[in-house]
Amino acid sequence: MSGLARRWLTRRARTPRALRGAAALLTGTAALLILANPRSPQANGAASGSPAAGPRAVSAPAGSVSPAAATGGVSAPAAAPEPPGTGRSKLPEAPAPGERTVPTPSSPALLAEGRSLYAEGCSSCHGLDLKGRTRMAPSLIGVGAGPVDFYLSTGRMPLENPHEEPLRTTPLYSPARIRALVAFVSSFGGPPAPTADAAAGDLALGLHDFTLDCAGCHQIVGRGGLTIGAVVPELQSATPQQVAEAVRMGPYVMPHFDSKQLDQHALDSVARYVLWTRAPSDRGGWGISNLGPIPEGMVAWFLAFLSMVIVARLIGERTD
Amino acid sequence: MNDEHQARRGNLRRLASMIAALLTARAVRAAFARRRARAIPTTARKGEDPSRRELPRNRRAEALVALLLVCAGVFAFGFTVVYVAAGASTQLLGIALGGALALVAAAAIVAGKAVVPQETSVEERGVLLDEEELGEVIEIVESGGEGISRRALLAGAAGLAGAGVLTAAVTPLASLGPDLDAIHQTPWRRGVRLVDDQGRPYSAADVQIGAFYNALPEHGEPDAFGSGLLVVKLPPDLIHLPAPRRAWAPEGILAYSKICPHAGCAISLYRYPTYQPTSVGPAFTCPCHYSTFSPGEGGRLMFGPAGRALPQLPLMIDGEGNLRAAAGFHEDIGPSWWSVRRSQS
Amino acid sequence: MTLGRRDRRLERTMRLGEERLGASRAIRWALRYVFPDHWTFLLGEIALYAFIVLVATGVFLTLYYVPSDSQVIYRGPYELLQGQQMSEAYRSVLDLSFNVPAGLLIRQVHHWAADVFIAAIVLHLIRIFFTGAYRKPRDLNYFIGLTMLMLAILEGFAGYSLVDDLLSGMGLAIAYSVALSIPFVGAQLGFLIWGGQFPGSRVFLPRLEIIHVLVIPVALAVLITMHLAMIMRQHHTQFPGPGRRERNVVGTPLWPAYALRSIGLALAVAAVLFLVGGLIQINPIWQWGPYHTYLSENGAQPDWYIGWLIGALRLMPNFEPTINGHTIIPNPFWGGALFPLIVFAAMYSWPALERWFTRDRRRHDLLDRPRDRPLRTAIGAAFLSWVVIIFAVGSTDRLFYRLDISYTAQIHFWRIGVWVLPVIVFFATRSACRALQRSGVHPLRDWQGEVVVRRADGSFATVGLSDDGDEERRETRRE
Repeated sequence: MSGLARRWLTRRARTPRALRGAAALLTGTAALLILANPRSPQANGAASGSPAAGPRAVSAPAGSVSPAAATGGVSAPAAAPEPPGTGRSKLPEAPAPGERTVPTPSSPALLAEGRSLYAEGCSSCHGLDLKGRTRMAPSLIGVGAGPVDFYLSTGRMPLENPHEEPLRTTPLYSPARIRALVAFVSSFGGPPAPTADAAAGDLALGLHDFTLDCAGCHQIVGRGGLTIGAVVPELQSATPQQVAEAVRMGPYVMPHFDSKQLDQHALDSVARYVLWTRAPSDRGGWGISNLGPIPEGMVAWFLAFLSMVIVARLIGERTD
Repeated sequence: MNDEHQARRGNLRRLASMIAALLTARAVRAAFARRRARAIPTTARKGEDPSRRELPRNRRAEALVALLLVCAGVFAFGFTVVYVAAGASTQLLGIALGGALALVAAAAIVAGKAVVPQETSVEERGVLLDEEELGEVIEIVESGGEGISRRALLAGAAGLAGAGVLTAAVTPLASLGPDLDAIHQTPWRRGVRLVDDQGRPYSAADVQIGAFYNALPEHGEPDAFGSGLLVVKLPPDLIHLPAPRRAWAPEGILAYSKICPHAGCAISLYRYPTYQPTSVGPAFTCPCHYSTFSPGEGGRLMFGPAGRALPQLPLMIDGEGNLRAAAGFHEDIGPSWWSVRRSQS
Repeated sequence: MTLGRRDRRLERTMRLGEERLGASRAIRWALRYVFPDHWTFLLGEIALYAFIVLVATGVFLTLYYVPSDSQVIYRGPYELLQGQQMSEAYRSVLDLSFNVPAGLLIRQVHHWAADVFIAAIVLHLIRIFFTGAYRKPRDLNYFIGLTMLMLAILEGFAGYSLVDDLLSGMGLAIAYSVALSIPFVGAQLGFLIWGGQFPGSRVFLPRLEIIHVLVIPVALAVLITMHLAMIMRQHHTQFPGPGRRERNVVGTPLWPAYALRSIGLALAVAAVLFLVGGLIQINPIWQWGPYHTYLSENGAQPDWYIGWLIGALRLMPNFEPTINGHTIIPNPFWGGALFPLIVFAAMYSWPALERWFTRDRRRHDLLDRPRDRPLRTAIGAAFLSWVVIIFAVGSTDRLFYRLDISYTAQIHFWRIGVWVLPVIVFFATRSACRALQRSGVHPLRDWQGEVVVRRADGSFATVGLSDDGDEERRETRRE
């Protein structure tokens, strides 16, 4: 195989040298462009800060949190004392007046479907009674709709290994099934899912608040990054609702921000800014991932300087 | 699904880039192949004089140079046209000027290689070290001191003058440096209220576990190095402050300098686990060199290069329930310098 | 024919110079000046042409830049920064990028040229080292080149810091901490440069600007002139080869072929910079936003030529010697000051060290092939790998993000790897050099060096060309 590749690489070609040189430069450029930019934002039409993307925010206070339906009567083993730091300090709060929420779906059919989906996909860690299992998974009682929708719609749950960081993947459940699971878990109490209306947001305020509260981990153009002990996800696939859910609950090790710190207008603005980062204003040309000096250094060495060296190589002779 | 579509596109891109890389490698090799084939048999034999002069008489190359120059002119005028007419788009301007320069470059290279006479000539290298000349120069320099009797005195006096003038020349540098005492100063002292970046005071009741707050001194210069604070609240079982600091965290609310004691970046990463048994505990991390500090243990270093703990500011809650500094910092904030005192934690 | 007319015009021009300056002799010497032809000799030329582009674009930028830290409220065309508080310096660069026609193009070309300038210097230095071109009589010029590299890095950092966006502010904070970390005088030095505690008093940005647009560029221009003057006096080195000896120079005379090619290269450098500057975005400062001491972002990085220092700062364990609770040497000193000091000290002292070890004090005008000096090549490769590993560690946070490898594990691994790998590189390079010496195969080409020739009597014989060349080289070395 490698011999074949080698022969193909070294075979003498009949095309003119100038043409081959041009082809080399062109394909090299293309390869670099592609390599340096594996996750380019969607085509400009899709986003460009257009707040229409993502589900429409609905601002109806959902007062109809249904009381816990029959839980199936399965009792979990008596919970052992939890280690320190397991206090549910980031439990979502009831929405403040004026906050946008999504009405929690609820119907007997949905609850029944949710219950069976839960028993199948979630109960092994969170327990059939939603009380969680020691050193494995937290209780889901009272978390409400937001966290459930966030973790499921971003594909972070279900998680193979509970000690791994949940990362964004393709969702396992269809939107309809997620609705059923949201309905089921919400029936154990908790607030409705928060959401944001990007159209109502202000981009300048969004950038300002994002810089202050989010850029430390998510990078200033939302390209993600690193904190010790966790990967920080990039935000280009997040919908406004997911942004709102994450901000209010603080998934995994992210801190949460309540309405006193980031009010609904600020949240709308942050959501609008996050949508904007899908296709930020790259008036300088190709944005090379908007990461700053690392891709810039690569382009400087392997595109700009290398093509100058190739010119030098064509001009100069070499010794034999 | 959107994600699935993206993943597929990612695979396609990877495949395309691999193919492109392979094609590049092949094309680059091929581009040099013929030269190599030509270069080796014409290598001059040992001892042969490599000098030669050839007149190319290559009409096609001349035509090519002319064509390239004409195209370059078109591109170069295009630059002005874009500047005036097309709203001075950065991309079009770059293509126009870059293209023009590239075409002239190509013309010059083709002309240099195939139009003008090609010559290889041999030149003897000059001698650098000429003992005779060197001796003469030394003599001339030495002769300048002929007849001087008190050589040592003059040299000493000149040395003194030189040193004096040099000192005088560098002395004004000192006027650049202001009072060093400012290095210990921060806007924080007893009673200063903690406010957010809009100037609103922080109420202790609003501070929640699992959130982090950026605080600045009320009426203080927000850009002063010592201004920025990180404020967090921890449950009692996660607070293990050293004994002298027991009173620094009323209601479990802790404040730390935002400036990393390693290299002065603002610490803006706070992690707080949703469920600690399956993840990591609370910590501050500096985004520059990833020094990681424990908020519950008086800013103890957990990982990274910082040489000392994160400075903590003692807090108190006033009658209105707002957060105030209970005292100034007990140690210097920001990056360390020679003789800076480390905290006791 | 038109040739006669042109001749007269040429003559008139030449006569003009001759009558006033008697320049013919000098011009004749320059036109016949011989350049040995090898493509690696052009790396320094690329750096020179990038410098010219830097000066030309830099003058344009200077006309717009305002070195002031007074705080203003932005009311320009860029929607996302509307109403934000920022320094006047940052606003002036925003205005340059958004309001001045071709301003963004010039700014991007300037920045790309800086990245390429230092890249070209570094590769040029690597070529000089591995071919032994720094030996007498060129050691003086080698020192000038190293000094220019140091100045170029400082110059680049100063330019990057002038903008006062989020990234430059974070970079300056680190520079301040490194200045502060210098034992005994650090705090005084930091205060001296910044005019007070970080972020500095109002004098800081004007000082930085003068350093960036006047002090260092003038120093670089003087050193470049000296560099070129010394080359002209000593002539280029050349690789050994047929007819090439220590005592002669074989190559292309300046006029006309070499001049045309060199002009071609200059224009090609400018062309690439303008194409890249127009098509690929560099340092989009409007996306980073303004700097305030309490702001930072994840994944902030310096330009590539500072990356080795960031790597060293990150790799260093939290070692900070203290006496009685007082810090003696702050941590940033090791990575930010001592490490570059060691690297440059090693490079400055190498020619003397080599002379001392080999007792070779002769003048050298023929270059070594790297393989013919296995020890030097191996030491150089090990040293280079040491610096490159530390450089790469400066970007492990992004690698971690892409590849999902734990950052802490990487740091712990490289704290050991940075010492082990160069040793491996040393032995691998040395044995590779020796093997190549024996086989006579060029490592980058697959030509086996055999040519079949027909003898006068009609029989055929195989001639090993590379052997032939080696013989020539051995011979020239004996001379």
